[in-house]
Amino acid sequence: MANTYTLISSNTLTTTTSSVTFSSIPATYTDLKVVGSTRSSTSDQTLLYRFNASTSNYTSKYLGGTGTAAESASFTTLTAGAGGTWGRIGNAGVNASTTTATTFSNWELYIQNYASANNKSSSFNSVTENNTTAAFAELDAPLWSDTTAITSVGFAVYNTGSFVQYSTFYLYGIKNS
Amino acid sequence: MTKPTRVEINCTTGEQSIIELTDAEIADMATAAQAAQDQQAAAQAEDQAKATAKAALLARLGLTADEFATLL
Repeated sequence: MANTYTLISSNTLTTTTSSVTFSSIPATYTDLKVVGSTRSSTSDQTLLYRFNASTSNYTSKYLGGTGTAAESASFTTLTAGAGGTWGRIGNAGVNASTTTATTFSNWELYIQNYASANNKSSSFNSVTENNTTAAFAELDAPLWSDTTAITSVGFAVYNTGSFVQYSTFYLYGIKNS
Repeated sequence: MTKPTRVEINCTTGEQSIIELTDAEIADMATAAQAAQDQQAAAQAEDQAKATAKAALLARLGLTADEFATLL
């Protein structure tokens, strides 16, 4: 049976870090999947992303719950974070520093046909952990309207937030056969 | 003072680098933080203005907030 699911690279942070980027991603897979477990150094909890270090052409549709309400939104503007402007995936995605101590969010970003010459649609899901009512669960549909093949994927936290130590990032390559 | 850092993982070579942010990147972060503070302050000011206007209207009508709520 063909091995269609391969760990390309991973990182567990050893110190607080502003952004994490997987670069020089080989074009030999069909799709990419990034799995993260993250916590912010501040109350900022919005996960940001970049493909190929680009700062433009990101949009996303958000559907989520906060613990007390269901909500939806469209994110069509860029959000500033570490090192300038980044794409905004959804509402949260990262455990804020105000959540229960030493808890981390869990999320997955699935990037279809990352090496194609079409615009890049993705799917994203995440949950934050918190031993109170306020916690976020969400589904998002990010779109990068750019036909360039993706060779790097980066992540940051909105505003002045950084990823704290022990946040983890796993990048997988998935083949369709 | 230690500069903020970022991590870059080269998926071809496997090399993982911890890189200090440039002064320009750090300045961007400060600008972003200020913009967020300004946005939050503006939102709070708008909420306060709405609350003040509502209270003034209720006072003119001679109603409490609870009495007004029973009308809705």
